[in-house]
Amino acid sequence: MKNGLKKWRFLPLVAALAFILSGCGEPFLSTLQPAGEVAQKQFNLMMLSVAIMVLVIIVVAIVYVIAITKFRRSKLGEDFIPKQVEGSHRLEVIWTVIPIILLLILAVPTVALTFELGDTQGMEAVDEEGNREALVVDVRANLYWWEFSYPDQGIVTGQELVVPTDENVYFNVIASDVKHSFWIPAVGGKIDTNVDNMNTFYLSFDGEKAQDADNLFYGKCAELCGPSHALMDFKVKTLSPDEFDQWVASMQEAGEQEEPTFDDETVARGYEVYQEQSCIGCHAVSPTQQIGTSQGPNMTTFGERSYTAGILDNRESEEVMAENIKNWIRNSAELKPGNEMPVYNEDTLSDEDLDALTEYLMSLKVYSE
Amino acid sequence: MDDMNQKFTSRTWPESPEKTTLEGKNKFLGFWLFLGGETVLFASLFATYLALKDSVPSSDHYLAADMFALPLVFIMTMLLLTSSLTSVYAMYHMKNHNYQKMQTWLLLTVLLGAAFLGFEIYEFYHYVHDYNHTFTSSAFGSAFYTLVGFHGAHVVVGLGWFILLLVRNAKRGLNLYNAPKFFVASLYWHFIDVVWVFIFTVVYLMGMVG
Amino acid sequence: MSTVAQKRGFLAVLWDYLTTVDHKKIAILYLISGGFFFLVGGLEAMFIRIQLAVPDNDFVSAGLYNELLTMHGTTMIFLAAMPLLFAFMNAVVPLQIGARDVAFPFLNSLGFWLFFFGGVFLNLSWFMGGAPDAGWTSYASLSIASPGHGIDFYVLGLQISGAGTLIAGINFLVTIINMRAPGMTYMRMPLFTWSTFVASALILFAFPPLTVGLFLMLFDRMFGANFFNVSMGGNTIIWEHLFWIFGHPEVYILILPAFGIFSDIISTFSKKRLFGYAAMVFATVLIGFLGFMVWAHHMFTTGLGPTANAIFAVATMAIAVPTGVKIFNWLLTMWGGSIRFTTPMLYAVAFIPSFVAGGVTGVMLASAAADYQYHDSYFVVAHFHYVIIGGVVLGLLAGTHFYWPKMFGTMLNETLGKVTFWLFLIGFHGTFFVQHFLGLMGMPRRIWKYLPGQGLDLFNMISTIGAFFMAIAVLVLLYNIVITQVKNVRVGNDPWGDGRTLEWAIPSPPPYYNFKQLPLVRGLDPLWIEKMEGRTEMTPAEPLGDIHMPNNSFIPFVMSLGLFIAAFGAMYQIDWRESGGEEFVWSLPVLIIGMLITLGSMAVRSLKDDHGYHIHKEELMDDTDKGGKE
Repeated sequence: MKNGLKKWRFLPLVAALAFILSGCGEPFLSTLQPAGEVAQKQFNLMMLSVAIMVLVIIVVAIVYVIAITKFRRSKLGEDFIPKQVEGSHRLEVIWTVIPIILLLILAVPTVALTFELGDTQGMEAVDEEGNREALVVDVRANLYWWEFSYPDQGIVTGQELVVPTDENVYFNVIASDVKHSFWIPAVGGKIDTNVDNMNTFYLSFDGEKAQDADNLFYGKCAELCGPSHALMDFKVKTLSPDEFDQWVASMQEAGEQEEPTFDDETVARGYEVYQEQSCIGCHAVSPTQQIGTSQGPNMTTFGERSYTAGILDNRESEEVMAENIKNWIRNSAELKPGNEMPVYNEDTLSDEDLDALTEYLMSLKVYSE
Repeated sequence: MDDMNQKFTSRTWPESPEKTTLEGKNKFLGFWLFLGGETVLFASLFATYLALKDSVPSSDHYLAADMFALPLVFIMTMLLLTSSLTSVYAMYHMKNHNYQKMQTWLLLTVLLGAAFLGFEIYEFYHYVHDYNHTFTSSAFGSAFYTLVGFHGAHVVVGLGWFILLLVRNAKRGLNLYNAPKFFVASLYWHFIDVVWVFIFTVVYLMGMVG
Repeated sequence: MSTVAQKRGFLAVLWDYLTTVDHKKIAILYLISGGFFFLVGGLEAMFIRIQLAVPDNDFVSAGLYNELLTMHGTTMIFLAAMPLLFAFMNAVVPLQIGARDVAFPFLNSLGFWLFFFGGVFLNLSWFMGGAPDAGWTSYASLSIASPGHGIDFYVLGLQISGAGTLIAGINFLVTIINMRAPGMTYMRMPLFTWSTFVASALILFAFPPLTVGLFLMLFDRMFGANFFNVSMGGNTIIWEHLFWIFGHPEVYILILPAFGIFSDIISTFSKKRLFGYAAMVFATVLIGFLGFMVWAHHMFTTGLGPTANAIFAVATMAIAVPTGVKIFNWLLTMWGGSIRFTTPMLYAVAFIPSFVAGGVTGVMLASAAADYQYHDSYFVVAHFHYVIIGGVVLGLLAGTHFYWPKMFGTMLNETLGKVTFWLFLIGFHGTFFVQHFLGLMGMPRRIWKYLPGQGLDLFNMISTIGAFFMAIAVLVLLYNIVITQVKNVRVGNDPWGDGRTLEWAIPSPPPYYNFKQLPLVRGLDPLWIEKMEGRTEMTPAEPLGDIHMPNNSFIPFVMSLGLFIAAFGAMYQIDWRESGGEEFVWSLPVLIIGMLITLGSMAVRSLKDDHGYHIHKEELMDDTDKGGKE
C-alpha cells in the first residue's frame, strides 16, 4: 500500500489480527482469505482500520474498568458527595485531536485506494493493432441468474464466469430487471448492477490462492432482488492465461459449428426434446447466440458446470450431476422460488424424455472431455 | 393571555399582535419551522425535476424548450408577485388595527391568486392537448407536473385558508386570537410566492434556454 | 390522577385517552403503542433467526421471509423506536424545562394519532394480501416491480405516520424554544432536552425528503407516473438519494435522544454533574449537523464514482470525533463520582462498550474502498444492530426503568429489572457479535437461506441462540410491568433519591398542570442545587395564580382516521382502474370520503374557537399535593 510510512507502528498488531482472522470462513468465499490484488488491498485497509479501532477500544476499556470498579457507591458510602466537576478544556482538546489524527491515518489510504479501485482506464489500453489489451467481461444480472459475455471474443456464458488468473479483468455490469449487486467475496468488493446505467470496475484473480479454492470461487448477489435473492449464486472458474486462451478458442470454435451430430441415440433424442419443449427459446446452446438478450442462461458449457442453477453441487460424480439436473427441471419453482423457468412435471415431460434431455445437457461441453 | 376576545382600538392594539400571546408566539415560531421543512420538501422536488428534466423515452416527445413560452408564465409570475404585495398591505393594515382595509387587501390577494390558478390550469391543459405532455407520458412529464402541481396545490390550500379566515372572522373584527391566524396565513402565501420565483427560474427560464 | 381514573368506567377512561391533549397521557399512548409494535417487530425478528438457525431451512417460505425482514426493519424504526422515544420526550421534556404543557397540545395529539393509524395501516398488510417485501429501504426497481399491495401499504402507511412525526418534531422545537421556565437558559437544559431539541430539528429537515420519495413512489405505483421507470426515462437512483438523505439523519434522530437519556442517567447515578456539559451539547449539535452530510456512504457501491465516495468517506469518519467526545465525557462523569448500579445505570454502563463497538465498525464502514466488501453483507447487519440495539434499545430500556415511576407513580421491580438486563445484554452480544464475521466470511444480508458447506453454519446457530435470550429478557420485562402495576406501590417526587433535574421536583405522576407555580431555575441540575442548600423543592418563580389549560379534543383522532380511510381508497383504485371500472367501484368514493373527513375536521378545528379553560387559584390551593404552598 502507498502512504505506508506512518503506519509502521501498527504493523505487528495488523499482522497478528490478519493471522487470527484468516482462519475464518472458506477460501472460496471469505473476504478474510483474499485471493486477488483487489481483495488483498481491501483486506489490508480493513486490518489497518481494525488495528486503529482496537487501539481506541483498549483506551476506552481501561478508563471504563477503572471508573466502574473504583467509584462504586457501595465502597464510597451513601453520604459521599462527589466533587461537581464542570469539565476540562485540556481533556476535551486531547480527545478531540487524537481521534482526528487516528482518522487521518485511516482516511489517507482510504481515499488513495478508493481512487485506485475506481480507475478503470486500463480498460481502454490497446496494442499496436488497435486490439484491446485487457480482458473485458459484460455482466448482466437477471432475476436469479447471471450472464457473462466477452465482447472482444464474441462469446457468452451463463452462471459460470471463466477468467484468467494474475491479470486485471474489467467488468461492465448492468441489470436487466431489478437492481442486483455483483460480489465475489474472496476476490474483491462488490459493485451494484443498476437498471439505469452501466457500472465499471476491475478485479484480479490470484493464481496461487485460486488453487486453495480449487480454482472455483463463489459469487453472490448482494442486493435484495426478490424471493430467491439468497440463491442467486454464480461460480467463477479460474484458468491460467494460456488455458484461458485455449478455452476462448474452443468456445469460438463451438460457436462456428452448424448442425450438431450425435453418436449416442439417447443424446440425439435429448436434443429433439430440447427443441420440442422449446428450451431453445430461452437457452441458447451456442456461445455466440442471444448475447445480451436471452431470457435464460446460455447452455453451451452446461455439461462442464460445477453447479446446476448455481446452487446444486455437481462435483461429486456424473450421477449426482444427472440427479441435480433432473431435480432442477422437475422442481425449479421450489428450488428457486420466483424464478422464470417453467416447471416440467410427468405430464409435460415424460421420465424417458427427461433422462434423454439430461444426457444431452450433460454432453454440452466445449473445453473438457 | 386573559381574554382572547378582548376588544381593541387602534390605540390599545399592540405593536406585534401576532406575537403578543404565548399561543400567537408559538404559532408564529412553529409556522416558520414548518416553512423550513417545506423548503426541504421543495428542494427535493426541484432536485428530482432537474434529474429528470427532458428525460423522455423517445425522440417524438416534446422537451422543455419546445413547450414553454415566456408570455404565459410571465403573466402568471406578475399575478403571484402582485398578490404577495397585496397581502403585505393587508398585514400592514392588520398591524394598524384597520380591519376593513385588511379585508379588502386580502380579498384582492385571493382574486389574484385565483387568477394565477386559472392560468396554471390553462397552461396544463395546453401542454396536455397541444404537446401530449402528460403526467404519465414520460419521467419528464411526471417530474414537471409533480413539482409545479405541488406548488399549485399549495396555492389552492392558501386560497382556501384565506377564504375560510375571511368568512369566519367577517363580522367580529380583529383580536389577539385571530390576528396570528391572519399573519401566519400571509406568511404561507409569501412562501408560495418565493417557491414560484424558483420555479419560474429553474423550470421555465432554464427550460427555455434548453 | 390515575386513582381517580380507576374509579371511573372503562369507557370514560378510553374517551379520556382518545381526546386527551395532555403530554403525559400522550406519552403513555406512545409507550403502549410503541411497545406493542416493538413486540410485533421482535416476533418478526425471531422468525428470521429461526429460519437462519440451520442451513437450507424451510421454516418460512422465501416470499414470507422477505416480508418479515421488511416489516421487521420498518416496524422497529418507524413504529417502535421512534414512538418509544416520543413517549419519553413527551413524558419528560416539558417537565425538565419547567413547562405546564407542550407548545401545541392539539398537534401533539394529532401527531400521535397519525403515527398510530399509519402504523396500524401498515400492519394490516399482513391480513390483506401480503406485507411489503422490498426491505425497509424499499429500493425503487424492486419495489416498483413488487406485485400485490405490499409496497402500497408501506408507502401510504409511512406517509401518514411520517406526517405525525413531522408534527411532533415541530412541536418539541417550539416547546423547547418558547416554553422554558424562568432561569432555564439553553445552557442549563438537561442533555435529554438538548438531544430532543436536536433530534426534532433533524426530523424537521430529514422527513420532507422521505415524504417526497414516498410521493414519487406512490405516484408511480398508484397513478401511472414514471419517476422510477427506466424505459420511460425514469431513474431509480433518485429514490436511493432521497431515501438516504432521510435515512441517515433518521439514525441520529434515534440515537441522539438515547444519548440524552444516558447522559441524564449517568450523571444522576454517579451523583455528579455531567462532565464537559458544554462539549456534550456542542457534540450533539455537531453530530446532528454532520448527519446530513454523509448519506451517500450507504451508496458506496451504487457507482457514484471515486470522488463522491472519497468525500463521503471522509465526512463520515468526521462524525466519529464528536461521538468519541461524548464517550469520554460519560466516562469522566463516572470518574470520581459515586456510582449506584440501579437497573437504568446498568443499562447505561453496558451501553458504553456496546456503542463503542458499534461506533468503531461504523468507522470501518466509512472507509469506502473497504466498504465494497462490507456493504450489504452481515457485517453491516451486525454494525447497525450494535448501534441501534446497543444504543437506542438499551436507551429505551434504561428510560423505561428510569422514568417508569415518574410516568406511573410506581417503581418497576429492581431484581427483575436486573434479570432482564443480563439476559438482554448476553443475548444481544451473542446474536450480533458473530454476525460481523458472518459478513466477512461472505454472507450477504437479507438472504432467506444459506446452503451448507459455506462455513456459515456455526455462527448462525450461535446468533439464533442469542436471539432467544433477548426474547426471554423481553418476557421478563413484561412480567415485571404486570406485577408492578398490580402491586402499585406509590412513590414520592424523587423515588431514585438521586434526581437532579426538574421532573424529580414534582409528584409522580405529576398533576395535570405539572407545576402549580413555575419553578425558578438557578443553574444546571436545578433540583441538585436546591438539595445542596438543604431544600427538597424548587423555589417558585411566580405567585400562585390561575393556570390556562387547553381543552381536550376528538378532532385529531377523526382527522387521522380520515386519512386512514382515504389510504384504502387510494390503494384499491389501482385494482378499480385495472379492472376497467368493473370491480372495486367503492375505491374512489372511499378515497374522497376519507379526504373529506380529514379536510372537514380541519375546517371544524379552524372555524370553532377554542380558547381552553382556566384552573382557578382557589382550586389549586385546595389541591392537596405538595407543590408550592405559599
